[in-house]
Amino acid sequence: MNAEPMNVTGTPIREKGEVLLSVENISLRFGGVKAITDVSFDIRKGEIRAIIGPNGAGKTSMLNCINGFYQPQEGQIVFKGERRAKMRPHRAAAGGIARTFQNVALFKGMSTLDNIMTGRTLKMKKGFFWQALRHGPAMQEEIAHRRVVEDIIDFLQIEHIRKLPVGKLPYGLQKRVELGRALAMEPELLLLDEPMAGMNLEEKEDMCRFILDVNNQFGTTIALIEHDMGVVMDLSDRVVVLEYGRKIADGTPDEVKADQRVIDAYLGVAH
Amino acid sequence: MSDIATRPAPNLLASPLVKTGLILAAIVAVLAVGIRLDSSNTLYAIFVDPFQQMVQAPDLLVQTVWEGLVSGVLYALIALGFVLIFKASGVFNFAQGIMVVFAALTLVGLYEKGVPAFLAVVITLGVMFALAVTIERVVLRPLVNQPDIILFMATFGITYFLIGFGEALFGGNPKQMIAEQLYLPKGAIDLQILGGLVSLQKIDIAAALIASLMIAALAAFFQYTRIGRALRAVADSHKAALSVGISLNQIWVIVWFTAGIVALITGIMWGARSDVSFALEIVALKALPVLILGGFTSIPGAIVGGLIIGIGEKLGEFYWGPLIGGGIESWLAYFIALGFLLFRPQGLFGDKIIERI
Amino acid sequence: MLYREAGQYKSNYAADMAVFPLREDRIGLGVILAIAFIAIPFLGSDFFIASVMIPFLVFSLAAIGLNILTGYTGLISLGTAAFMGVGAYSCYKLTTIFPDVNIVVLILVSGLFSAGIGVLFGLPSLRIKGFYLAVATLAAQFFLQWAFVRVPWLFNYNASGAIEVPQRTLFDLPITGASATPETRYFVCLGLVVVLTWFASNIVHGKLGRSWMAVRDMDIAAELMGIKLLNAKLTAFAVSSYFCGVAGAMMIFLWYGGGEAADVFSIRLSFNILFMVIIGGLGSLIGSFFGAAFLSILPTALKFGLPALGIPIQGAAAEHVTFMLVGALIITFLIVEPHGLARLWQIGKQKLRTWPFPY
Repeated sequence: MNAEPMNVTGTPIREKGEVLLSVENISLRFGGVKAITDVSFDIRKGEIRAIIGPNGAGKTSMLNCINGFYQPQEGQIVFKGERRAKMRPHRAAAGGIARTFQNVALFKGMSTLDNIMTGRTLKMKKGFFWQALRHGPAMQEEIAHRRVVEDIIDFLQIEHIRKLPVGKLPYGLQKRVELGRALAMEPELLLLDEPMAGMNLEEKEDMCRFILDVNNQFGTTIALIEHDMGVVMDLSDRVVVLEYGRKIADGTPDEVKADQRVIDAYLGVAH
Repeated sequence: MSDIATRPAPNLLASPLVKTGLILAAIVAVLAVGIRLDSSNTLYAIFVDPFQQMVQAPDLLVQTVWEGLVSGVLYALIALGFVLIFKASGVFNFAQGIMVVFAALTLVGLYEKGVPAFLAVVITLGVMFALAVTIERVVLRPLVNQPDIILFMATFGITYFLIGFGEALFGGNPKQMIAEQLYLPKGAIDLQILGGLVSLQKIDIAAALIASLMIAALAAFFQYTRIGRALRAVADSHKAALSVGISLNQIWVIVWFTAGIVALITGIMWGARSDVSFALEIVALKALPVLILGGFTSIPGAIVGGLIIGIGEKLGEFYWGPLIGGGIESWLAYFIALGFLLFRPQGLFGDKIIERI
Repeated sequence: MLYREAGQYKSNYAADMAVFPLREDRIGLGVILAIAFIAIPFLGSDFFIASVMIPFLVFSLAAIGLNILTGYTGLISLGTAAFMGVGAYSCYKLTTIFPDVNIVVLILVSGLFSAGIGVLFGLPSLRIKGFYLAVATLAAQFFLQWAFVRVPWLFNYNASGAIEVPQRTLFDLPITGASATPETRYFVCLGLVVVLTWFASNIVHGKLGRSWMAVRDMDIAAELMGIKLLNAKLTAFAVSSYFCGVAGAMMIFLWYGGGEAADVFSIRLSFNILFMVIIGGLGSLIGSFFGAAFLSILPTALKFGLPALGIPIQGAAAEHVTFMLVGALIITFLIVEPHGLARLWQIGKQKLRTWPFPY
């Protein structure tokens, strides 16, 4: 694929659309522990937005707030113009937010195919009685969705593991299946939690290519958490940096790279 | 956020205390109206009459509470065995109830074969130790690092095996516990209080005392000994405990043996009140709602839970049972626990679980 | 060369998504159905049909029911017997109120009552899981069992306190009551089990089945994919209880013919069915049949088989041995093959596929 030479020269080249999602003054506490304190940022349509920060900075908690798994005590989330204090996970999913997880959260007892098919659940409408018959409309619906799923399998080049149970697959492939499952939801916003953690160089390159392809071909907006700075700087259009649950920087990769507080957070400050 | 004036007013309705209060007030209001309009006196029989009875005959109330307290102590003892094992190995030991029966049967069976009472106790302890070692070798060791639910189901297997084994050895007939030979007190103390007679069985008083002593001893054991510390470490994480050189196998034998001792004492106390038979197995299941109330890992929780369930079901049976045909003791405990669960899924003393992903 | 997928091409998704994609499997299924429908009724003795095959079919259906809940959705239930009881008692009430409606229809309808009760007791499953839920289902077990004894309306105020199964006919043949022959009862059982198994297979292979397994394997991820946990769990409770309820109605009407209904639906039965599911294979329909066959035939085999081999064994001792054996088997299976007989079956088929080579 001939992607734009983005960010290498220092400025994002792609023109981004209006705001798709914005978090406003989010604070999240677990008992006395503050996970996130008063964080605001936005995600624009079509961009790749990175959330970075040292361990325990509240990045995953942030994603959990966005798709409604945690309820922040303060602040609001505006998604597609709809403002709400509380998001329910299935509502987020129905609104078009998909997600992959830091520690692969696949359905281990099911095959690759079935895992990705679960991503189509929300789009399947046929009722219980048709399902019990598994003929006529229900079967046609299954087949139609199977077609979509096969396209995703082609796209991610995992045809050979289609019918294998995912529990036994190597880690890199599991991550890929998980991405496939999220893609099957045809999301508008895709949240990726450390999509490249624990991968070797080659697998990382593959995954980067998939992420860029998803962004380019389907126009999916992507928010990702990643520790590999090289990947983050190459992939993303804008970066938000968290430390101890607070936002310390927000901007293009180059702006962030030059920010003194970010450097301090990563390298430590001389006292 | 330093300026207090800019803060939104705290939402009073969000406070659980206020919410519960409002709900209770609403229920009382509805009932008050309902009882006035109620022609067949059903509501009266449910919501007013039992309380009137309690006030009019306080001696009966005390007697009922005492009965509940005693069965609560016994539930608590079984629950204690569960908690010990769950804390140290993460295994939800369904077989604890049957271990109680098995220990009591072994004791009585040995005595019937002519073994002196106290020697029989010692031998029974030996049997419980052998059982602990066997379970560790045959069941736990091959299943290490398996999901909890697999280990849970494995204890069903232990339960069934022990039922078959116990019945094959000792027969299925109920037996008499050798309470006298173990110098357990007999008879009752009659107290004149609140204008009535309240009768307390001496064996029940002894049971409560012994149970408290044992719980204190166990707490001290957990808190102050080296093995106790190791037990707590294993409870937190098998792998981490292994990595600092704690022998899982040894710990498991110790903890299952401890649970075996608790089972034997429970079996003696329980057997002295009724008789020793496999019917106890069903009663022993009541330890499960106790655990739900108290949380799986808390020894005080097991005790408080046991008492709540014991007293709750006796009061329920005595005052409300006749309204719907009696015998509600068989399920009331589960409903108390269930109702409780809906409001506090982590139990009385459990920590709130934060799910991470 | 008997069992190969070589040369069997799938040119459309429908063929690829079939439950039995291999021709050999379909032939095998046909043979089994032929044996069940033709060979057994004509060759089997009355004793074999009445005390081996009918219990096997009833238990299979109950095991499928529990497997949907425990194996597919990952929710442990210890109240299976109670849900079966609901089916039996509602069938009894229904046939009393509507004596003219065909009993087979009523057996199928009585499952719906069981499903309703199942949903009711499944409600706590949203807030609680694992061991806690197991205890919640015990509430169902003990409460319903109590109701079967204490609510005389349920057994029509009979003096015996038991269900007295009336005679009902299908195509003018008595299929319930004292004059029904084992063969006719067997045919009704078999028909019901085959049809319901087909439904179960369709459901677990479709959207609903996938949602259940998703909830079982990783409930949080399932929720974030748009699966409503409460819906998935409650449908699992409903479908599972439906199967159990129908099995319960079959048990009383087509097997026991009344008698000590309240005692039958005890926690022991709940455990037995759970064991069938574990030994047969969690999350496998065919495993439910294996488990039911194994555990329903084991006691009979011990009671009549051992004396036949010259080992004297009394009724009570045989029962004790059964208990010990079942306990030991549960542990063995959990250690050696947690996926049960179904996985052994799969391994066997895999071996056959590559035969005569080892792999």
